[in-house]
Amino acid sequence: MTTVIKTINLNAWYGEKLALIDVNTEIEENKITAIIGPSGCGKSTFIRCLNRMNDLVDIFRYEGEIIVDNININDIEPEALRKNVGMVFQKPNPFPKSIYDNIAFGPKIQGVKDKGELDSIVEQSLKKAALWDEVKDRLKDSALGLSGGQQQRLCIARTVAVEPEIILFDEPCSALDPISTSKIEDLMIELKKKYTIVIVTHNMQQAARASDYTAFFLDGKLIEFGDTKQLFRKPVEKSTEDYIIGRFG
Amino acid sequence: MDRLRIQRIRELAIEKTLFLCALVSVLTTMGIVLVLVFETLSFFEEVPILEFLTGTTWAPSFRPQHFGVLPLINGTLMIALGAAVIALPLGIASAIYLSEYAKPGVKAVVKPVLEILAGIPTVVYGYFAISFITPLIREVVPGTNIFNAASASIVVGIMILPMVSSLSEDAMRSVPGALREGAYALGSTKFDVSTKIVVPAALSGIIASFILAISRAIGETMAVTLAAGATAKMTLNFFESIQTMTAYIVQVSLGDTPYGSIEYRTIFAVGAVLFVMTFIMNIASMWIKNRYREVYT
Repeated sequence: MTTVIKTINLNAWYGEKLALIDVNTEIEENKITAIIGPSGCGKSTFIRCLNRMNDLVDIFRYEGEIIVDNININDIEPEALRKNVGMVFQKPNPFPKSIYDNIAFGPKIQGVKDKGELDSIVEQSLKKAALWDEVKDRLKDSALGLSGGQQQRLCIARTVAVEPEIILFDEPCSALDPISTSKIEDLMIELKKKYTIVIVTHNMQQAARASDYTAFFLDGKLIEFGDTKQLFRKPVEKSTEDYIIGRFG
Repeated sequence: MDRLRIQRIRELAIEKTLFLCALVSVLTTMGIVLVLVFETLSFFEEVPILEFLTGTTWAPSFRPQHFGVLPLINGTLMIALGAAVIALPLGIASAIYLSEYAKPGVKAVVKPVLEILAGIPTVVYGYFAISFITPLIREVVPGTNIFNAASASIVVGIMILPMVSSLSEDAMRSVPGALREGAYALGSTKFDVSTKIVVPAALSGIIASFILAISRAIGETMAVTLAAGATAKMTLNFFESIQTMTAYIVQVSLGDTPYGSIEYRTIFAVGAVLFVMTFIMNIASMWIKNRYREVYT
C-alpha cells in the first residue's frame, strides 16, 4: 500500500477557535476514505486543509505538517497543489458558462490552447463523469440548465479535466436526491481505480456503502480511523459507536 | 370606538400625504417633459427638423443663422468618449481590486474615498481642470487651446469613475463565493478567478454601470462648460476648444438672448436631443441588467 496524504500533528484555528486538534492520518492511494462526524467536528476543515482551500479564509492558520506525495504542501504553489488535489463541493457550483466551457476552463488555465486537444479532454472528462451521453448534443448550452445531479457530475468532470491525482468530495450529495446520490456513489467507486478519493459525508450509509476506510471526527479530534467494515461493525471507541448507531449527531 | 376611528383617519391622512409627496416628483417630471416637447415643437415650426439634425454648422446668434446641431452632438460625444476611455478601464480595475484583492482594512478606506469623489461639486472639477489639468496638457502638447476637449474629458472621466467602480464592485461582490472556490479548486490564480470567472459572471452589472456613467458624462454640464470652451465645431481634435450641448444651454441661459426668440428656443430643442440620448442610455442600462442577470440557485 502507498500513502499519498499524510498529516502529522495537525492543529488548525479559525481566529481564536481551535478547529482541529493533533490530527494524524495516513490516506491510502486508490481508495475511498470517508470522513464522518457531527456538524462542527472539523471534518470539512480537515479536507479543506489538504488543498489549502482554507488559505482563502483570512483568519485561518494551522500548525503541523501536511504531506502530499511526499512533499510538504507549503513547499509548493497553492495553484499547483490544487491542480493535483481537486475538490467537489457541497452544492454544485458550475460556472455560468456553457457545459463545454465549464470543462475546458481548468485545462485552459493550465495552458492548453489546441482546440482538438480541448475537445478531446472535454469528451473524456464527461465520459469519466458518466455525463457524456446526457449532454453530448448540447455542449454549448448553459451549464445552469442542467439538473442538480447533472451539475454535480459536471463539477466532477471539471475536476477530472485537470488530471488530479486526488479528489476531495465535501458532502457532494447533500443537495441531491437519492437517485442522483447513488449515481455519484457509483461514479466514485469507478473513479477510485485512477484517483485517490477523500469524501466528507453526513450520510452514514453512504460512508458504509462507498468507502474503504472511515475516519470519525469529534470536536476537532480524530477519534477513530480504520477499515470501513470493521469500524461500522465493531467500533473500538464508545463515541464512535454512539455516533454511528445514531445516539447523537 | 372613537379612538379606533381617529386612528383610521390618521392612517388615511398619512397615506394621502405620502402619496402627494410622491405625486410632486411625478408631476414635475411630466411638466418638464411637456415643456420640452411644446417648446421643441414650436422651434421646429421655424427650423425644419431635418436641417436641425443634419446641419453641420451651429451659429444661432450670427447672421445668417445656422441651426445644425451636429457640432454640439459631436462635442458631447467627444467628451463622453474621452471620459469613457479614462473611466472604464480605471473603474473596472479598481472594482476588481476592491472586490477581489483588497484586504478589509484597505477597502474600508479606499471605497469611501472613491465615493467622496462623487460628492465633489462639479464646478470644483471644472476649476480643477482649468487650473491643473489644462496647464499640464499644455506642457505636454504645446499649442493646446486654453479651453480644450482633452482636459474636460479627463476631468469628466475622473468624475464618473466612482460610479463605474462602485456599481461594478457591487456586481462583482454579488457573484457567489462558491464560483470563486470552484475556480480556485481547479488551480486558478487570483487573477484567473477575477478575470475569467468574476468579471464574466458580473458582466451585465458592469456594462450597466458603464452605460449609466457614460450617460452621466453626456449630461455633465458645469465642468465641460468651464474646461472645454464654447466653440461649436465639427472636429475630432481633443486639443481644440469645442462645445457640448449642455455647455451651449448654459451659454444661452446666462447670456442676453431675448426670451421667446428663436435663439432662445434652440435650448429646448438641444435639451430634447440630450434628453432622448440619456433616456435611451438609461433604458438600455436597465434592459441589459434585467436581460442578462444571471440567476444563481
